[in-house]
Amino acid sequence: MTITEQRPAPSEHQSSITASRLGTPRHMAVIIGAVVLGVVTWLPTGSVNWARWIIVTLIAYGIAIYVVSRIIEGPRQALDRLMLAIVTSCFLIVSVPLVSLVWTVVQRGTNRFDTTFFTETMRGVVGEGGGAFHAVIGTLIVTGIATLMSVPFGLFTAIYLAEYGHGTKLAKAIQSMVDVMTGIPSIVAGLFAYALFELFFGPGTRSGIAGAVALTVLMTPVVVRSAEEMLRLVPDELREASYALGVPKWKTIVKIVIPTAIAGIITGVVLAIARVIGETAPLLVTVGLAQGVNWNPFDGRMTTLPVFTYYQYVQPGLPPEAGQDRSWAAALTLVLIVMVLFTLARIVSIALKPKGLK
Amino acid sequence: MTMSDQQATIRATGEELPDMTDRLDTPTADRVSASRHDLPTGPDNRIVVESLNIYYSEFLAVKDVNMVIEPRSVTALIGPSGCGKSTFIRSLNRMHEVITGAHVKGSVFVDGEDLYGPGVDPVAVRRKVGMVFQRPNPFPTMSIADNVLAGKRLNSKRFGKGEADSLVEQSLRGANLWDEVKDRLDKPGSGLSGGQQQRLCIARAIAVEPEILLMDEPCSALDPISTLAIEQLMNELKSTYTIVIVTHNMQQAARVSQRTAFFTIDGTGQPGYVVEMDDTDVMFSNPKRQSTIDYVTGRFG
Repeated sequence: MTITEQRPAPSEHQSSITASRLGTPRHMAVIIGAVVLGVVTWLPTGSVNWARWIIVTLIAYGIAIYVVSRIIEGPRQALDRLMLAIVTSCFLIVSVPLVSLVWTVVQRGTNRFDTTFFTETMRGVVGEGGGAFHAVIGTLIVTGIATLMSVPFGLFTAIYLAEYGHGTKLAKAIQSMVDVMTGIPSIVAGLFAYALFELFFGPGTRSGIAGAVALTVLMTPVVVRSAEEMLRLVPDELREASYALGVPKWKTIVKIVIPTAIAGIITGVVLAIARVIGETAPLLVTVGLAQGVNWNPFDGRMTTLPVFTYYQYVQPGLPPEAGQDRSWAAALTLVLIVMVLFTLARIVSIALKPKGLK
Repeated sequence: MTMSDQQATIRATGEELPDMTDRLDTPTADRVSASRHDLPTGPDNRIVVESLNIYYSEFLAVKDVNMVIEPRSVTALIGPSGCGKSTFIRSLNRMHEVITGAHVKGSVFVDGEDLYGPGVDPVAVRRKVGMVFQRPNPFPTMSIADNVLAGKRLNSKRFGKGEADSLVEQSLRGANLWDEVKDRLDKPGSGLSGGQQQRLCIARAIAVEPEILLMDEPCSALDPISTLAIEQLMNELKSTYTIVIVTHNMQQAARVSQRTAFFTIDGTGQPGYVVEMDDTDVMFSNPKRQSTIDYVTGRFG
C-alpha cells in the first residue's frame, strides 16, 4: 500500500495551525487497497464469499487508515479517522441484514404478487391460485379497530401524565405500569383477550374484536410513551404565554400544546401500528383463521396477513411451492402496508408541522 | 357598578357572562369614580401588595413585600440575580402558581379586589393582568396575525374578518410593529427577528386589552436597537396601562420608569426582600439605604 509517501518538508513559514493532510487521492488508495485485500481472501477457495470479503475489508481499512494517518497527519487525526471508520463499519454491518431482508422479501414475494392475489380468497383452494384478499381485509379491520381504541386511551393518558399529573404519585404509578405493559409478551396479551372474551361468549370463541383488544393491549403503552415524550418537548414558555393571555388550561392543551406536538404524536402512532400489524401469536389465539372474507369483526374467525403468512408456510398444501409463494407475497404485502403508513405519516407530519419549525 | 359586581365578574369562571355586556356599556369614568368612592386603595388599577410571602413548596423565596404600584406609570423592579424579582412579578397575575408546589401567602389588591381572595379565578385575573416574558415566545403553530388574535380567539371570541383585521392592525401598531410586518401577516411569527418577536408578544398581550402589563426582563435577549424600540413603546403604553418591568439594566430602569423598587437577597437559600422603593430619580440619586447606593452605583451585584 501507499504508505511510503514522504511527509512534506515543513516550509520556512509554516505556522502552528497548518498541518499535513491525508488528501483524497491517498484516502482512495487506502480504500482500494482494503477492498483488494478482501478479494485476495477468495483466492484459496476460488469462490466469492461476501461475508468474509466485507469483514476483511472493513478491518483492513480500519488498521490501514490509522497507520497511514498517524504517519502523515499525527496521532489525534489518526484516532479521529479510526473512530469514524469504526462507526461507519458498524452502520454498514447493521444495514446488511436489513438490505438482505428487503431483498429476500421482494425477490420471493413478487412470484405471486399479482391481481388474483389481491382479489381472491383461499375458499376452496388447495393447490395453486388463491389469494389473500380476505387476509388484507382482516388485517385492516383488526388493526384499524385496535388503533381506534388505543389512540384515544393512549393520548388521553399521555395528556394526564404530561400536563396534569406530573410529579404526583398516581402519575408515577401509571408511568411504571405503562413501562411494564410495554414489555408484555404478545402471546400473553393474546391469552388475556381470549380469556376476557371467553368469559362473555363461552369457550372456543374467535372474533376480530378479540384480536383488536389483544393488539390494543400491546399498542396503548407505545402510544402513551411516545405521545408523553412529545408533549414534554413542548416548551413551558408556550404554555405560560397562553396562560398569561387568560386562556384556560384545557384550551391551552387543545389549541397550543397538541398542535405544537402533533407531528411527533402522529409519528408515534404510526410506529405503534407498525409494532402490532405484524403480530402473529395473539391473533392466532384470538382471531384464528378463515378461508373466506369475514367483514364482521364481532362474529366469527377472520384471517390476518401474519397468520395467513404463517399457515401458508407451515401447511402449504400441494404443491408446496404455491403455498410458500403465497406466504412470501403476504409478507411483502405487510411490509408495503407499513411503508405506505410511514409515508403517509411523513406527509401528514410535514403538513402539520409548526410553520416556524419547517 | 359596585365593587361586589366587579368581584362577581372576576370570579366568573372561563367563559363570558351575560352581565359582562352590561359592564362594557358602563362608561369608564363611572367605573373609576365608583371604585374611587368605594375603595380605600384609590383609583383604578392601582396595585397594592400587602405582606406577600411567596413560596416554592416549603421554600420561602420572597418575604413580606408591601408595595403600592401606581396606575398608568412604569414601575421598575431591580436587584441582583436570584433575589426574587421574577418570582414577585409572576405573583401579580397568578402565574407563579403554574409551577407545581408554588403558592403565596398575603394579598395583592387590584382595584381593591384581592387577587388571592377566595373564589377568584386565576384565568380571569390573567385576562386583566397581561404578561410579557424574558424570551420571546410566539406560538410556532400560528401566523403573525393569528398570534396577535390568539388571546381573543382562544377565549372563545368569534369575530368577522374586518373586526379581526382591525384588531390585528391596532395591536401591531400599538406595539410599533405594524410597518415591519404588514406585508407578511400570514407568515409564521417565529420567522421574525428576536426584537420583532418580542414586540409581537407585546402586541399579543395588549390585544386582549388587559389593564396592567407585566414585563419580565423583556429586553434581556435583545440588541440595543430593539431595546430602544421597546422602551419607546413602554413610554407610549404607560398612558393607557399600568406597567411593571423587571430589569437587570439600571440605565433602562432609569430611562423608562417613574418608580423603582430595589430587591435583594442576603445569601443563597435566604428569601429575597424589598430594600426600598421610591421615585426613580430619588432611587438613582439619593437612596436612603446603603445597599441601594452600592447596587445602583455598581459597587456590588
